[in-house]
Amino acid sequence: MHDNIIPMLGVVTDIRTDTPDIKTFRVEGVNGGKCFEHMPGQCAMLSVPGVGEAMFSITSSPTVKDYQEFSIKKCGCVTEWLHHMDVGQQITIRGPYGRPFPVDDALLGKDLLFIAGGVGLAPLHSVINYVLDNRSKYGKVDIVYGSRSKEDLLDLPEIQSVWADPASDMKVHLTIDREQEGWDGHVGFVPNFVKELDFHPDRTVLVCGPPIMIKFVLEALTSLGFEKTQVYTTMELRMKCGVGKCGRCNIGDKYVCKDGPVFRFDELDELPAEY
Amino acid sequence: MIVNRLQELLQDDENLQFVGWEKGETPFDRTPKTFTAETLGNLCYDSFCGSNLSKYLLSQKTDKKTVVLLKPCDSYSFNQLCTERRLNRDAYHVIGVGCKGKIDGEKIRKTGIKGILSVREEGETLKIETLYGTTEIPRKDVLLDKCLACKGKEHKCADEVLGESEDTCVGDKYETVAKLEAMTPDERFAFWREELSKCIRCNACRNACPACSCIKCVFDNPNSGVQNKAAADDFEENLFHIIRAYHVAGRCTDCGECSRVCPQGIPLHLLNRKIIRDVNEFYGDYQAGDAIGQRHPLTDFTFEDSEPNAERKGGGK
Amino acid sequence: MMKKLPLEQLPAFLKGISETKTLVAPVEKGGQVNFDLWTEDSTLRLDVLKTVKSAKGAFFPQVEDIVHFQMQGKNIDIHPAEVLTEDFVLFGVRACDARSFELLDRVFLSDPTDPFYAARRAHGTVVTLACNRPEETCFCTNFGIDGADPAGDLSAWMTEDTLYFQANTEKGAALVAGLADCDDGEITETQNSIREILNKLPLSNLNLTGFEGDHLKERFDDPRWEELSRGCLGCGTCTFVCPTCQCYDVKDFDSGNGIRRFRCWDSCMFSDFTLMAHGTNRPTQKERFRQRFMHKLVYFPSNNDGIYSCVGCGRCLEKCPQSNHIVNVIKTLGVKEDA
Repeated sequence: MHDNIIPMLGVVTDIRTDTPDIKTFRVEGVNGGKCFEHMPGQCAMLSVPGVGEAMFSITSSPTVKDYQEFSIKKCGCVTEWLHHMDVGQQITIRGPYGRPFPVDDALLGKDLLFIAGGVGLAPLHSVINYVLDNRSKYGKVDIVYGSRSKEDLLDLPEIQSVWADPASDMKVHLTIDREQEGWDGHVGFVPNFVKELDFHPDRTVLVCGPPIMIKFVLEALTSLGFEKTQVYTTMELRMKCGVGKCGRCNIGDKYVCKDGPVFRFDELDELPAEY
Repeated sequence: MIVNRLQELLQDDENLQFVGWEKGETPFDRTPKTFTAETLGNLCYDSFCGSNLSKYLLSQKTDKKTVVLLKPCDSYSFNQLCTERRLNRDAYHVIGVGCKGKIDGEKIRKTGIKGILSVREEGETLKIETLYGTTEIPRKDVLLDKCLACKGKEHKCADEVLGESEDTCVGDKYETVAKLEAMTPDERFAFWREELSKCIRCNACRNACPACSCIKCVFDNPNSGVQNKAAADDFEENLFHIIRAYHVAGRCTDCGECSRVCPQGIPLHLLNRKIIRDVNEFYGDYQAGDAIGQRHPLTDFTFEDSEPNAERKGGGK
Repeated sequence: MMKKLPLEQLPAFLKGISETKTLVAPVEKGGQVNFDLWTEDSTLRLDVLKTVKSAKGAFFPQVEDIVHFQMQGKNIDIHPAEVLTEDFVLFGVRACDARSFELLDRVFLSDPTDPFYAARRAHGTVVTLACNRPEETCFCTNFGIDGADPAGDLSAWMTEDTLYFQANTEKGAALVAGLADCDDGEITETQNSIREILNKLPLSNLNLTGFEGDHLKERFDDPRWEELSRGCLGCGTCTFVCPTCQCYDVKDFDSGNGIRRFRCWDSCMFSDFTLMAHGTNRPTQKERFRQRFMHKLVYFPSNNDGIYSCVGCGRCLEKCPQSNHIVNVIKTLGVKEDA
């Protein structure tokens, strides 16, 4: 009936512990299969009745046929609860919400650069796998990903065995904030790493991570000659309805749940600096 | 007169700031404001400055020495906030301003006088100019409820006093409380259910209350387990006010702001006044905010303390 | 063709409506006048221009269930709440509140349509009433609203002894089909005297220049928000009496034998409005205060053909505990003609 605000049932069919504070949850409909179709960058409202409802980006690619996945960091009531539940738990889900990354539009045929920090890889994960499954439609692909430590790198097994596999024709550049035993890769913050890697400014960039990282990544990109019109990001604000009515995620004349969460940086420049 | 005196103060310290009221759009608009040497001319003090500035001071923390205007009743709240160490007495130069009772615009409107363009005081009469002609009304008929329970003309805290005050208390301020006590429990329940059912949970009572000085209210705190900006049912809503009354028990000075600001006209002060009356009865007369540094009976202990729970079982005496 | 009804027959007329439909009208309860269920025992107050709360609650109630859940072990049963299926009549709405419904429609009926609001709109018949005695806090004229000619399904005018009706829709016409016909000219005098007052209202000529969408960042960055917001208590009075404020929260309530998920009015003036686990993007009252007025005067018009999200009802002018309201904002931040 009124499905835009009434949730449907989902079942958690798998829980993976990715990092000390991030788990990935696989969600299917009660009769198996995906609860709905989505595009990379879109979000869904997950809820545990009695605990609350919150918006999460869908981590899995639309090209995955049987389920959707959500990589969720433990940081509030709902996420706390999700982290403590077991496989087989039913939750409620509604979506998809928001404007996706323009994977079938502005990104087609482009050389892509993904830049992520911490759990910021989650929304980009969906795009990266979508690109991988449609590899011939895109040009060069580079992924720069950093986290606090080796243990905090999300999806490390997949990154190493799939994305870094020469067959994927993508380049992966990992970094961690501080020296660590057993890590022989790059050490340092993501923005500096991006500068060191000296990307050619003809790339289209998708960046996601903590606000402070995004700020310095943008400065790094600008110093390399990138324009704001080439850089996309995805925003996170408090949301309740998901359909642009409850008013919570309103910034300027935009609603992040409906007009975002994906924005190009020149579009963000039009908005009041209140995010 | 007040502005002249404030300007004199500026001569000693040009960095002073002033907390008072500013005239607004309607004849009744008096907005709490902080003034500097440049804007001091906009400060206004007259019969419409009913709001209590003590709570306003909490949100205006600054390193600057502040001159604040307090009416006699406001001075109790100021003292109480100093007692609770929410305000630092030394940071303020308190000017006690004279008060002969403040006028309630809402009461004028409720008499049916509409389209009010200006209100002029002529002795005990208000001459009111409206879109529909001029009219008059006795001043005493439209005083704020809190003025009818005036605590007296003395400023309990003031570095200097400007102007005369008058005690505007009418009759026994516990009269309505006594009426409520005389009701049967069912009648009393019905009375409060009707009143509290009007609540729209705007939180104006709490946010205006000088005794509600928590930095984070339990009802706003998602981690408290009782956060509720709108209740799931109306009974839960009633509890908000009762819990609030208990939270401010012993610290409420009966300043009357809760009822003054309530958009739905709920006589919230009666909950507090009932508790004040009980506290007085059990522990002897006590007036919160009478002086800085008092211990209120509910946080104090003496061997002579009564045992209210044992004395009054089930609400009876 | 207009219809008329002698005022003395109004109670019988209302009773007639209430026999087949829910009737909501301005009635007095506990000394306050609000839109509420009318019954024969109600104290109808058509003389009161401004109910405390606006009429929006008839379509967007303060608290409304969305869905119920039953939890059993790891399983959940979902039961969506029913939408309204019965007709109701909202009687005695003023021109300003009637306009507010059009503004709410732009939010709740835009894609995707809100099912609960849509059902209430579909089942509601709005009977408006011209404003015989506009007040000094009224500033509807700034928004092109004419208190002498209110919209709605059925418009009404009241004189000393008669109510006149003009149907604007079939739903409206159906309500007054049984009444006597009369000439349109019979209300001209009433309308003229209302308009004469409307022209004299002290706040009838506010200057809204400078709040257009292309001034968005200029208005947002105005340093005067700091001073304007100073006295704001951060309460929700303005929001909750406002006919156009429509932000809501969604909460769960564990009743002991199931979970009720309801939505309730919320206010951008509250400190937790945008609070997330890792903080808030509007940390002080200045940002929250600014959001409310920027939304009404700049953001909403920018998304809605330049229409302001204020109808000038003046409730906030009467109710703000600190007398710190939208007219102050307009007068302070509006671009002066000679500037």
